[in-house]
Order: sequence, then structure tokens, then C-alpha cells
Amino acid sequence: MIAISSNLLMLAFVLYLVSFIAFVMAVTGKKWSNRDPKEHSERWGRIGFYLTAAGFLSQLGFLVLRWIAGGHSPTSNMFEFMAFLSFAIILAFIILFLIYRLPALGMFSLPVGIIMIAYASVFPKDVQPLIPALQSYWLYIHVTTAALGEGVFAVGFAAGLMYLIRVTDQSQKQRKPWWKRGTTWLEFSISVVLMLVGFILMVTIFSAIGYEVVYEVTNETGMTSEVTYTLPSIAAPYNGERITDEGFGPFITTPGWMKGVDPGRKFNTMLWSVISGVILYWLLRLVVRKRLAAVAQPWLRDIDPAVIDEISYRSIAIGFPIFTLGALIFAMIWAAEAWGRFWGWDPKEVWALITWLFYSAYLHFRLSRGWHGSKSAWMAVIGFVVVVFTLVFVNLVIAGLHSYAGV
Amino acid sequence: MTTVDDIKCECGHTNPVGTLLCEACGNPLQKEDGEEFPDMRYDGVSRRSQTFSRTIVDKIWNFFSSVRVAIILIIIVLLASIIGTIFPQEMYISGPAEQVYPEKYGIAGEIYYKLGFHNLYTSWWYITLLLMIGTSLVICSLDRVVPLYRALKKLPVKRHLSFMKGQKVYTSVSLSQDKEPVLDQLQRSLSKKGFRVVREGYSLVGEKGRFSRWGPYINHIGLILVIVAVLMRLIPGFYLDEFVWVKEGETRKVTGTEYYVKNVEFKEEYYDPEDVPEGVDVEGRVVKNYQTDAILYENRAADTPGAPPDLVEVHRDQIRVNHPLKYKDLLLYQSGRRLNEVTALNIDLIHLEREEVIGPFTLDLYHPESEIKVSEDTTVRVLEYFTDFEWTEDNEPRSKSPDPNNPAFVVSVISPETPAGERSWIFLGSTLSSPDGEPVYGFAFTKPEIADVTGLMVRKEKSLPFIYFGSGVVMLGLVMGFYWQHRRIWINFEGEEIQIAAHTNKNWYGLRREVQQILQSIDVERSIEQLSKGGK
Repeated sequence: MIAISSNLLMLAFVLYLVSFIAFVMAVTGKKWSNRDPKEHSERWGRIGFYLTAAGFLSQLGFLVLRWIAGGHSPTSNMFEFMAFLSFAIILAFIILFLIYRLPALGMFSLPVGIIMIAYASVFPKDVQPLIPALQSYWLYIHVTTAALGEGVFAVGFAAGLMYLIRVTDQSQKQRKPWWKRGTTWLEFSISVVLMLVGFILMVTIFSAIGYEVVYEVTNETGMTSEVTYTLPSIAAPYNGERITDEGFGPFITTPGWMKGVDPGRKFNTMLWSVISGVILYWLLRLVVRKRLAAVAQPWLRDIDPAVIDEISYRSIAIGFPIFTLGALIFAMIWAAEAWGRFWGWDPKEVWALITWLFYSAYLHFRLSRGWHGSKSAWMAVIGFVVVVFTLVFVNLVIAGLHSYAGV
Repeated sequence: MTTVDDIKCECGHTNPVGTLLCEACGNPLQKEDGEEFPDMRYDGVSRRSQTFSRTIVDKIWNFFSSVRVAIILIIIVLLASIIGTIFPQEMYISGPAEQVYPEKYGIAGEIYYKLGFHNLYTSWWYITLLLMIGTSLVICSLDRVVPLYRALKKLPVKRHLSFMKGQKVYTSVSLSQDKEPVLDQLQRSLSKKGFRVVREGYSLVGEKGRFSRWGPYINHIGLILVIVAVLMRLIPGFYLDEFVWVKEGETRKVTGTEYYVKNVEFKEEYYDPEDVPEGVDVEGRVVKNYQTDAILYENRAADTPGAPPDLVEVHRDQIRVNHPLKYKDLLLYQSGRRLNEVTALNIDLIHLEREEVIGPFTLDLYHPESEIKVSEDTTVRVLEYFTDFEWTEDNEPRSKSPDPNNPAFVVSVISPETPAGERSWIFLGSTLSSPDGEPVYGFAFTKPEIADVTGLMVRKEKSLPFIYFGSGVVMLGLVMGFYWQHRRIWINFEGEEIQIAAHTNKNWYGLRREVQQILQSIDVERSIEQLSKGGK
């Protein structure tokens, strides 16, 4: 049953990829000869949407089967959580697509969902029995609700990025210093997304050829353990010694303050993501000989920026109550039940609060101070960066009570 | 009540001082020629903060009523909270803070400690910031909700043309048909879309979702309730946070309460690979359950000072992770365990010269007695106890943690021979006599006591129901405010021309689509773009 459920996830992944291509066709193929732009866009948009819906059902099958097989909701480790987050992103996209019927939204939202599935697949996929700390129905309620909220924020991010690509002035004659130019930061944002893509590529390639480097690590109390890298080691673990002969590196050592499970390996992976993302970015840039956002801008030219702006805002307005409920209120109830305090300033709790404060600032800026357009779009983009930071890096860099989540 | 400052509109209505748009007809009151139409955000009502700024109270009110100030406060709290996660807070480290931070995190850690960031979330300035946000919540809401309520309660039908044209959605159509059937049709399509319609002469107004305007204020009230509930924890007796270790079979006083708890049995269970579903990975040993079977007693003699405890069983429960024992306000959580632990040292006190055993005594590692009678005239006094002993860099003894990982006692033997007491160190398996002079007494270890020990967290949290209630109010407000929107559409016949204006507090695209569809019902086509231009 677990094998079937994994295949369903794979199927969903492929369907999302194909529907992404359909949405790209819908957006970029409008000016091809012999066709009516409106009809073309609607037709391919519809194809893309049905494919997404099929992928969504397949992913739902994955969740249901895995739940039945494992005996608990599939939200108990990093693989399951990331897979669920991608499910939430696709669900949010489906809802917003049904409201606004904008194929370009699919072109920007689906990659986020696809990247999350790919990112999930990097983590161990075993179904594990629940440790006592997770044996509570709040595991289902808290984690799923929080992920749903974050999924809607992801669509807000995608729309925010889309808005910025649509409106940022791409003309060459800008007198502003580079750090004040919208184009600089837009290219930076795109390269961050590419870093995630690069990370997934590296992991996939090296695991396909079965690459491995093993380190022996001595911890604070003098105990030694082995850490296996599946990527070539740029950074050795703190207090680690390589025991496999082949392979290259290390060139640097992971700082000792990084915490969590195997911080060295994660730091190394992060370095690979950054390097591969930067290489990927410049390769693409060499091919198109333009800023990447400048390539995408003409595709979006016939979309009213005000509509994209509203989609981005609307996503955040829909996501905010869900996030509040899942990541703060349900979290407090579970914390009171499990740890005897509803709030304990654990780093993950603090970062959930930071995310919440950030989106509250966004909403106040927008609703009371009239921040629309670019400013608001930038905040939508940064907001989701904060979400990803909370989900991924807080566990990487800061040890806390949520460490058993698999990272 | 009217004052001299009140503003009279050309339509004859008298508005309170500070009003931007006439409450009756919507005509801009303070507009100079060429100036933009005022912001519709609060319907142009008179707000205290925008009107008075003379006294100190006005100034404070104006400061806290500003959303700008609120956002700045939110951002400061946000940044401060980030700082607090750079290094673990003091409660998550073990050992004295002044040593741990520099040792573990170097110079940055030392600065972190010196600036007090190791206790950031309980620092006076962080709490002050939170209270300022609370104040801002109250004043911002009051400043807006009262006048807004006044303004929205009236729903004037016919509005001034400049009000109509000032709206973000405005269009006009020339129609030569009969007015009545057109208005009837418009009224029907508005009603069909859920609008409440009022008609007066040749004017119509449709409104829906007004209650969503109160969403933000309800949500803010909820947040205030949560803040008040959190502050209630400072009331004595509302909040208790203690910890107690209980050996199997032992009955212990629950720290900070008049209850006693007995650890009947402690269980640690593992998943059986046979029992888990196929494909589920139980490599290594995966813990399935930590459980303390506990009996809770109440001490009926608690009110009589010095009386021996008179225990009456009040409650029995299986305490598991995620399933605390609940009895009245008291909560006991499964939160630690030590299996096959040495729980007490059994020692024979020996008179070295006479080579004679004076008597056995026991040093309990969890709850040591301070004075133990060994024989008629000999007592052992525990002067100091380090649960997790180590020497500091300055050669001072100290305890790394409250858990008895490496117990060390300083005892003094008092007898007729040593009336001032003879001091010795007792460690796990070894002793150290005081260096001055030949020692009179020695110690011989016998079999120590071994047991499973359960760690129970003791909590009282009377503010919890209030916090949940406040959170519920927050959610109600958020859902009201974000999942509904307040929409108004004004329609007015002026001669042959029909003027249509619309306003919403958010989701303009949806509003424009609705206006578009309503116009379609009278066979008028307007694109979304045409409706985006507004009346300007």
C-alpha cells in the first residue's frame, strides 16, 4: 500500500509538471500565428487546470493511502510535511484559479508546489511509528491547518512575484545605484528559487550515481558517530573526520553553533544549493542574454496588474486567518496539552509569531496605509521567504522542541 | 449637541467637526478646488485623533491611534523576536548563563548575555513593547470604530455627484428609456446578488456585508483579551510551574501544592515490529509510550502547621505524554524518566580507629534529608548537595544540572567525639575526608537503592480558558473581516443619465465584476478596465 501511495505521489508530480507546461503554453503561445489569442489562452488554461486537478486527486490518493497504511496522518516527519505543504499549495491555487481564471497564475504557482514535492523527496520517506510526543490528534489538526495557511501564502508569493515581473521597469537606463533597483532584487528572488531547483537537481543526480562520503563526528560529550553525505563535501561537519578515501573536500568546516540533526550535512547541502543556483542562473542568463524577469515580462503584458495585485492580496487575506488558527491557536492548545505551557518561546514558536507579525504588518500597510502594487508585492514575496525560513532553516540552525520533525 | 465648530453642508446637514464627507449626502466638506477626493477608508468620518491635538491626553491618544505607529511597533517586536532566536534563551540551556554563553558562542555570546538577550522575552523592554501594542490596539480601534459605526448606521440613498465621481468605481450611462422599469430591474439584480436595497425617488443604494467592517475591531478586542489573560498569570495562584521526581512506589509532595502523588508504576514501552503495519519502519527501538500510573492524594492536615500529612486519595490516572493528569486546577505532565537509576546511597558510618560500624544511613539523591540520625549520639548533617557535580574554572564546586547525574554531598558527622562536626565529601562510590588532621570517621558503601524514577511537570494555568476565549474572538473577527466584504453600490438618475458608483473595503475586482453583471441586466456593457478608471 505504501508503494502504491508513493507511486501516486510520483504521478501527481508528473501531472503537475505537465500542467505547468500547459499553463506556459497558455501564456506564451498567445501570439503564435493562426490562432485567436483569447481562445488559445482559455483552451490551454483549461487543459492546465484539469491536469492540475488530476494531479491533486492523485496526491490526495497518496495522502489517504499513506494515512491508512501508517495508521496516522502523514504529517509526522519532514518528507510528509513537505508533501502535504505542496498539496496545500495546489489546493490554494485551485481555489484562486476558480475565482480569477488566470492561466498565468498556474505558470507561477505550480512550480512552487512542484519544488515542494521535489524538496520533500530529499528526506527519508519511511513511514515511522509515532513517538509519544506526537501521539495526539492535534498532530493532524495543528500541522494540517498551519500547512494550509502557508500554502495560501505560497500562492500570494507566486502572484507577488508575477506582479513584480509584470511592472518592474526593465529599461537599461536606470540612474539608481544597483541596490536600489527593483531589477536587482527581482533577479535575486528568481535566483533564490533557482537555488531550490539546483538543490533538487544536485541531490537527484548524486543519489542516482550513488555518491557517498562518510565522516566520523565527535560530539560535545566525546561520543563518535558516522555521518553520510550524499553530496560531495565542501564543508566537513564540526569536529568531523573523513573516513572514506575517495571524493573531494572538505574545504571548510561547519561552524559549531549550527544545531539540529547532522548540521554539517545540511550546511554542505545549503552551500551546494547556493552554488548550483547561481550557476543555473548565469547559464540561463547567458542563453537569453537578458535579465530573466525581462524575458518573462512580455508574456504578462496583457494582464491588468491590478488583478495580479488583488490575487496576491486575496491569497494572504484568505491565508491569514487559517495560519492564525493553525500555527498559533492550535499550536498553543497542543503545546498546553503536551508540554504544559501554551507558549514557551521555543524558536519555532517565535518564528511562527514573527511570520504572523510580518503578515499583520503587511495587512496594516495595505488596508490602512494604502500600500498597493510593488511595495505590497515585495512584502508578499518576503513573507513567504519568512515562512520557508521558519519551516526549513529554524530547524537547521536553531535547535528546539520541534527538532524531532525530521530535521 | 452642536458646537460652533460643526460644519454645515450645502445639503443642510450639520456634521461634527473634523468630518471629511458630509454624513448625509457625501459631499466633500473641506475640499479645495483641484484637491483629490478624500480617502474613503473610514467613510470620511470625524475621528478624535484627526481633530484635537491640544492637551497631553490628545497627544498620547493621537500617538497610539496612528496605524503607522502600530506598524512600527509590530516591526520592532518582530525584529526583537528574531534577535531572541539567534542563541537559545536561558531556559533552554543548562548551567549558569554567565559561563555558558561566552564558552559556547564566544564573544558574540558574551555580548548577547551582557545585553540581556538571554532573557529577551521576559525583559522589561520587550514586555513594554507588547503592552504598547496592546494600548495601540485599544486606542486605534476606539478612534475609528465609534465614528465609523455612526457613519455606516445611516445609509443615505442619494449622494452628491462629487461623492459618486470620487469613488474608485464610477460610470455613467445615457438612457432614454423609462426610468421606473430600469430601476426595478436594477433593484431586482441587486437583491439577487444579496444586496439590501433602499430606493428613494430616482435613487437606489444596495449594501451587503456591513458586518464584515466590524471584523478588525472584534479581532482586536480578542487580541486585547489574550493580552489581559496572559497578564492574569501574574496574579498569585493563577500560574504554577514546578517539577517533581517520584521513584516507583514512592509518595511525594507535589511541589507548590497541598497534594501528594504516588508513582505506582512507571512504564516505558517500545513498538513491537510484529505489531506495526507492514512497511512501517521500526528499526532500532522506537518508544511507543511513557506512562506513570499515579494516585493523587490531598493532604487534609495541610491547614494545621506541623501536623503529619493526612492523605486522602482523590484521583487516579495514567499520565502519558500528551495526556496529563487533570484534577481541578492541577495538571501533572509526563516529562522525564530515569530507568534503573541509583536513587539513594546506602552507607555505613565507620569509626576508623575502633574499626567499628556505628550504623547505616541513606543519602537520597532526589530528596535528601538535611539531618540523619545514625546512632544514639551520632548524626550526619548534609551541608551541601550538588546533583550534577563539577569544578568550575575557578575551582568552585557547582552543579551542571538539577538531575542527579553525578551526585556529590558535603556532610558533617556530629558526635561527642566531634562536637563541631567532621566534614567529608561523598561522591558516587568514593569519599574525601577533610585535609586537616586525621579523620575520625570513614564511610563504606553498601548496595545502593535502584529504581525507575518518573519526572512529572507540575502546572496550574487558570488563565487558559480566558486565552482560548480571546483566541476564539480573534478568529471570529478575522473570519468576519477577511472572508466577507462590505460592498455598497449607489445608483442615481439625473435627467437622461444614470450614474453608478460603488465602494468596497477590499477585493475590488470582485466588486467590479458585480457592477459589470448588474449593468448587463439592463443591457449595458462595461469592461472591467472601464470600471477601473473611477470617476476622475
